[in-house]
Amino acid sequence: MVLIMDSIYEEMAASVVELDMEKAKSLAQKALDEQLPLLEAIEKGFGEGIKRVGNLWDAGEFFLPELMRGAQVMQEAVDIITPHLEEGSRARETKGKVVMATIEGDIHTIGKTIVATMLKANGFEVIDLGADVKAEDIIAEAVKHRADLIGVSALLTTTMIGQKKIIELLEQQGIRDKFKVILGGAPVTSKWVEECKADGYAENAVAAVTKAKQLLGLS
Amino acid sequence: MTIMRPKIELLTNEYKEKIFHEAKTILQIQGVVIENSEARDLLQEEGVENEGPRYFIPDDLIEKLRVYAPSEIKLFDREGKEVIQLTQDNIHFDPGSAAIFIQDLNSGVIREALSSDYIKFSRIVDHLPYLEAHSTAIVYTDVPNDAQDWHRLYLALLNCSKPIITGTFRTESFAIMRDLLELTRTSSDKLVEKPLAIFDACPSPPLMWSNLTTQSVIDAARSGIPSEFVSMPLAGSTAPITLVGCVTQHTAESLAGLVIAQLAKKNSPIIWGGSPAVFDMKNGTTPMGAIETMMINIADVQMGKFLKLPTHAYMTLSDSKVPDAQAGFEGGMGALLAGLAGTNMISGPGMLDFESTQSLEKLIIDNEIAGMVKRLIQGIVSYDEPFAQNILKDYDPSVSLLSHPTTLQLFKKELYLPFNVDNYQIINRETRDQWKTSGETSARQRAREIAVKLSERPVREPIDDNLRKELDNIANNHLK
Repeated sequence: MVLIMDSIYEEMAASVVELDMEKAKSLAQKALDEQLPLLEAIEKGFGEGIKRVGNLWDAGEFFLPELMRGAQVMQEAVDIITPHLEEGSRARETKGKVVMATIEGDIHTIGKTIVATMLKANGFEVIDLGADVKAEDIIAEAVKHRADLIGVSALLTTTMIGQKKIIELLEQQGIRDKFKVILGGAPVTSKWVEECKADGYAENAVAAVTKAKQLLGLS
Repeated sequence: MTIMRPKIELLTNEYKEKIFHEAKTILQIQGVVIENSEARDLLQEEGVENEGPRYFIPDDLIEKLRVYAPSEIKLFDREGKEVIQLTQDNIHFDPGSAAIFIQDLNSGVIREALSSDYIKFSRIVDHLPYLEAHSTAIVYTDVPNDAQDWHRLYLALLNCSKPIITGTFRTESFAIMRDLLELTRTSSDKLVEKPLAIFDACPSPPLMWSNLTTQSVIDAARSGIPSEFVSMPLAGSTAPITLVGCVTQHTAESLAGLVIAQLAKKNSPIIWGGSPAVFDMKNGTTPMGAIETMMINIADVQMGKFLKLPTHAYMTLSDSKVPDAQAGFEGGMGALLAGLAGTNMISGPGMLDFESTQSLEKLIIDNEIAGMVKRLIQGIVSYDEPFAQNILKDYDPSVSLLSHPTTLQLFKKELYLPFNVDNYQIINRETRDQWKTSGETSARQRAREIAVKLSERPVREPIDDNLRKELDNIANNHLK
């Protein structure tokens, strides 16, 4: 039995790496039909797949289109399974809640979208507020959703200042310790993160997932 | 007589027709998102249908309006002299814009720019012979946010007499910038008669014209100021990955701009420009130095010519972070291809790091590249026949042909002579010993020396004192 399970999990992982949406979805359906342990299917099957996608990215073999597609395949498969998870498992399955946005005045969303997709694929619940979002609104949403993590991107040096405002507002409202804040965008450097007193940044979408896990004590 | 104009083409007429046809179909079937209420009113008056912000522009409206767009735009310098003709296969260069950083000339560090950097930059551009136009190439941080667009135009006018490629960051700034230009020309009519600046307007890919850029197009049209459309499809992310798909999207976005401009005012001068790029699939960046980016640009320019419009492209740029070999070869290839394509306005000199950083060293190197490209497109000239026979008859081994009348008469015409500043030039053709004696410098080091020397020179045509005072008044009023 274990061997059979292992081979199904391997197929699930492979479907993600092979970017095979149809196969992944039918395997997810199979997991439901055959009453497989669903949480294991996510973690050992599709989750293993997205981990391999990340490794292939790190090795320089995968490019952004493959990364995005891999994350989407993973996501769709998991979405089939999630409604059927028991309440307790569902909570275990969620690595954490992330509220993400591109800051006010900035409409450059590609980078943020890639990071959001990767975080979702890696088990985070992501609330993506889109582009040109006021610092106040990002915080209000984070409070409303009881987020663990706030991710704010900026592409322009003229809008970057909004990232700092997030931290300042959190401090003013006395809720700085309720959230980890990660910054993103081309002009963002570790020095800027330090200056803003944010919690971190990452150079690319795969590194962002690692950073998010690390900040939430998951790795 | 030039034997032939060297040219590069990537599209045949058959495919230009197909692309044009599909672009019009896209505008008619998929439509274009228009955020601006004035433009929406203009379209609705023509009976253009819409679903919310998406307007479905019919083929016949495009055909009706495109005949109004002039096929030639002349630009005049601050003193009123005609210096640029944007038409046919003429080429002109201006510094790439707009950088949010500058590479410090002394330390080499990439940092935020100050107005003093832009002043120095403008005074150097004034002296570079192969950049016929200036641009508001650097965004500096020591003026208030709401002055960051118009203030650059003000400093450009004060410090450089060349025509200026500029643009707005806020709709309110257009009026201030128009005032600065009209004051320089003394009246709005004279500004229409002798255009001094071009306003860039960038649609948002895919298929959207934002409120700001649309307003700029309308305001410019009504003031008789040329607009340059800078459509920037990003192959593989905000546009199809296929280069031909990108060109088609660019055509559709630009045609929508044409419609808005000509509806705002018939015969409005517009330039078929662009800043397309491919999407780097590893870094998620937008490489301006990628060969495919240049290929999309060339095809876009061909489409502009097909529609009989003046053309523009962002070429001569590099994604390198410093003026190194990559900056040289990407810049050189871009400039060369843009020139061969007959791009009327080529924006890019000086620019590094995906349109984010201006480098004076690269600017000066690119000026040299522009000079060589201009020589190339002059092609091979036939002066007299026979071509060589008569000259060779005169050959005297003791003096060679060095002082032959034809050599004396034509060497400055036939040869591109590198730009020389107090005996410094970018291109080194000394013997190795001479090069050693003169300090064993690299092109980048010589560029730095030239930048320092040019920045210390008085500008070619200092601005009239009264005009300066009046421009100062406008600026001071708006800075309050």
